[in-house]
Amino acid sequence: MWNFSVMPPQASTLAPEHDAIFLVLTALTLLFTLIVCVTAVFFVIKYREGTKADRSSPVYENPKLEMVLTVVPTILGLIMFFFGAKLYIAQRTPPKDAEEIFVIGKQWMWHVQHSNGVRENNTLHVPMGRPVKLTMISQDVIHAFYIPAFRTQMYVVPGRYTQIWFNATKTGNYHLFCNLYCGTQHSEMGGTVVVQTETEYRNWLNNGGQNAAPVSMAQAGEKLFNKIGCNNCHGATDSPRAPSLAGIYMSKRKMSDGTVQNADEAYLRESVLRPWNKITMGYGKEMPAYESTLTEEEVLSLIAYMKNPGATKGSSVSSGTSREEGLAAKTDTKNGLAVNAIEAQTTDPAATPTKRRGSLSVGAMAAQKQTEGQK
Amino acid sequence: MSATSTPAHDQPVAEKNYLNAQHTVRSWLLTGDHKRIAVLYLVSVTIFFIVGSFLAGLIRLELMSPSGTMLESETYNKVFTAHGVVMIFFFLIPAIPAVFGNFFIPIVIGARDLAFPRLNLASWYLYVFSGILAVIALCSGGIDTAWTFYPPYSSMYSNSQVTLVIVAAFINGFSSIFTAINIIATIHKMRAPGMTWFRLPLMAWSSYATSVVVILGTPVVAITLLLVLMERAFKLPIFSPELGGDPVLFQHLFWFYSHPAVYIMILPAFGIQSELIANFARKRIFGYHFVAFSSLAIAGLGFVVWGHHMFVSSQSMYESTVFSLLTYLVAVPSAIKIFNWTATLYKGNIRLHAPMYYALSFIGLFTIGGLTGLYLANMGTDIHLTNTYFIVAHFHYVMVGGALTGFLGGLHYWWPKMFGRLYSDTAAKITAIIVFCGFNLTFFPQFIMGYMGMPRRYHYYYFAPEYQIYHILSSLGASLLGVGLILPAIYLTHSLIKGEKASANPWGAHGLEWTIPSPPPTENFTEIPIVTDEVYDFDPVAEHEANLAGKEIELPSESEQPTKVDEPTEAGKE
Ligand code: HEC
Ligand SMILES: [Cu+2]
Ligand SMILES: [Cu+2]
Repeated sequence: MWNFSVMPPQASTLAPEHDAIFLVLTALTLLFTLIVCVTAVFFVIKYREGTKADRSSPVYENPKLEMVLTVVPTILGLIMFFFGAKLYIAQRTPPKDAEEIFVIGKQWMWHVQHSNGVRENNTLHVPMGRPVKLTMISQDVIHAFYIPAFRTQMYVVPGRYTQIWFNATKTGNYHLFCNLYCGTQHSEMGGTVVVQTETEYRNWLNNGGQNAAPVSMAQAGEKLFNKIGCNNCHGATDSPRAPSLAGIYMSKRKMSDGTVQNADEAYLRESVLRPWNKITMGYGKEMPAYESTLTEEEVLSLIAYMKNPGATKGSSVSSGTSREEGLAAKTDTKNGLAVNAIEAQTTDPAATPTKRRGSLSVGAMAAQKQTEGQK
Repeated sequence: MSATSTPAHDQPVAEKNYLNAQHTVRSWLLTGDHKRIAVLYLVSVTIFFIVGSFLAGLIRLELMSPSGTMLESETYNKVFTAHGVVMIFFFLIPAIPAVFGNFFIPIVIGARDLAFPRLNLASWYLYVFSGILAVIALCSGGIDTAWTFYPPYSSMYSNSQVTLVIVAAFINGFSSIFTAINIIATIHKMRAPGMTWFRLPLMAWSSYATSVVVILGTPVVAITLLLVLMERAFKLPIFSPELGGDPVLFQHLFWFYSHPAVYIMILPAFGIQSELIANFARKRIFGYHFVAFSSLAIAGLGFVVWGHHMFVSSQSMYESTVFSLLTYLVAVPSAIKIFNWTATLYKGNIRLHAPMYYALSFIGLFTIGGLTGLYLANMGTDIHLTNTYFIVAHFHYVMVGGALTGFLGGLHYWWPKMFGRLYSDTAAKITAIIVFCGFNLTFFPQFIMGYMGMPRRYHYYYFAPEYQIYHILSSLGASLLGVGLILPAIYLTHSLIKGEKASANPWGAHGLEWTIPSPPPTENFTEIPIVTDEVYDFDPVAEHEANLAGKEIELPSESEQPTKVDEPTEAGKE
């Protein structure tokens, strides 16, 4: 405790930029505080009642001085605003080639799913030197996913996806916090971000993290798609029953009210959960709403599947070409029973660098109880 | 000095004043006298301040250890929520407007009472009623949503007394609205002849601006909280996505009020600050018009920046950009005031009494509080800093370093007027220094801790022991601050019993309140004064020369003879 630091570790590409703005602001703050305090103290001493200082021709208004004192801080402020905006936009615009990881927040744990299906709780393994994009949603109340070492944070909101991205620059273990008050065990809702080298990370992923034989998100999605009968309506081509979902991700969809929608994650989510809100041109209200039947994990896996260009064409996702699928193909695909058993059970405590109070399984049970209580 | 038809100075303390006019409890509880209501408010906000400070002490004690040994997490959450609710709704918002606004707005504009005395009394009763509800809620289980009441936690998940506290906050809102209506009406309609808008002391200007914000903002938060209640009680789908609502909508509505609420708390303190600086530098405030209008500008612009609380809430990038830009622009009028106060000191005849100590520490603390706001208005740095202890430190610098220091400054300044007794100036000065040091020691470490990533509202942090040193420093500071806050209670109470009797104008200050006896008679002015001189009408040059010549300090009012003004005044025309 006595060897204290004043700065959090700097472990992402955007962290130095953040710290630069922070330092400039600090310099400006110190400068202005110093100017104000020194002048005030100086005046107080010099013009204390009874001192011999010259008090002739006192000034009561000086529009020119006031203009200067208005314009100079405004300009300085606008410069700081500009750099802040630049950083903010960078923080919120993930690069196209980012590795995608899904995060689900629930009272009081973080559930992470890598694209090849590997899961972990309260720990996030990421590769160094490659952009990683997190798509996040909450299952209950609002949380905030916060990694101080990466200088990044975003609320994790129920009912909508939020995203952050980062590119880690140093291997090591860093704090992960829930930074929005979310109930009794709020302080417990954190863990560790483990930054590994690319090869270490790949090995870790291919060995299934701590759980054996994962099924990739997209494969899980495909299984579910067929199991609950989406494929009864959605086929390889548009049919009178339903539009084809092949290549739907990020395409422009025409709605029956004439608007055009971009089929991003939020759109896909809405189309599955509440299909009647946005009806595709040429169709009616045939599709059932899955709002009350699917868990957030299931929706995420369906979306992962629909993002696959060959989705619903009947071709299996594992033959896909993207990196994630390539990876997934290496893992055992026959063992697919974990699809619906996406529960909080996975992480090996020994692999959790900072062991948190209360074993993970207790946390998981508490989370379970909480959700049951809600139903 | 404002000319009155009774020469103010050296007037013997009136036999009958508002304090001893009547003695029954009933005469206090059913009073229409703005001064008595102000005293009632002073007593009640002090009680809540003690409760809130005690809760703060518990928090600081608990956080000294990284593993949260004393309280249960549930209790801790209820303690910090109660600290926030009590301090914001029951101390900071009403403190200055309902105590000093009530007491002095009529007097400084030359009126006999506020425009609506019964509304004024009703406001105090609503305040007390809501306070009792809140206390019942805290004693019967408490509330654990944090003072921000974010749904869906507050509406669907929390098993605590959310309903009762929301009802309390709702009723409390009406109490502030009533006071605000009163202040606006009084300033518009009841200024004495000759008291033009630009002769109003700046305290009146800032109270006016605050009241506008209260009237425009409070209904929004009241309705928003009511919607949370509806959702909680009747599952009305508004904010919870489970029911089909939008949780981020709540944040927009909440901050639409709660950002301006910051100004509800700090603007009145600006007003007091201007009074103290002008009267103790014995000089008209530098850029009076600028300061007056910047209060109004802050009140207006304060309503267009709420999104800076939501940069990471999932609001769009464009929204964030606009809100950040606007916030930077709003920051400027506040900054101007700091310059103006400092510039006022230039070529003044500065008297260093205890209230001036508070005014000077206000300048230092508020400068830091304001400037650290720029880190949070900056979208880039806010991503990292929001919801950490950096925020906690920032708003305590504004709320405690600004609003509380202003309150204490005002209390020390007007105490002789309100109660007719002088306290020990030395004791008060030492206290001001203790408060200043204790405050900085408490909250400065929190800036560093926040930058290092310590989340706020954490009950323990055993997984991140690097924060402990800062928590310990902060708790040490809090003990010192605690001492600094207990001392005034002692010497001010002592002054009531043993204190020397105060003359009408013990500071040699300028303003109508100093022309009437201390404590003032029930009707304030035996005859309504006619105002002929400008605001803060000191003459530093003449006074200085008199000083050098070794003469007694000559107060402007002594040299002036009562004059009648016949021409119709601005106030008369309205
Ligand atoms: C009863 C037939 C039916 C079933 C079963 C069905 N859908 Fe649909 N789906 C439709 C129809 C019809 C539309 C077009 C009308 C609309 O937008 O609601 C549609 C639209 C969609 C869209 C939006 C397509 C676009 O054109 O933008 C998506 C995505 C989708 N469905 C996914 C699914 C998924 C995933 C499932 C399984 C969980 C599923 N559907 C089950 C009939 C069905
Ligand atoms: Cu959380
Ligand atoms: Cu704000």
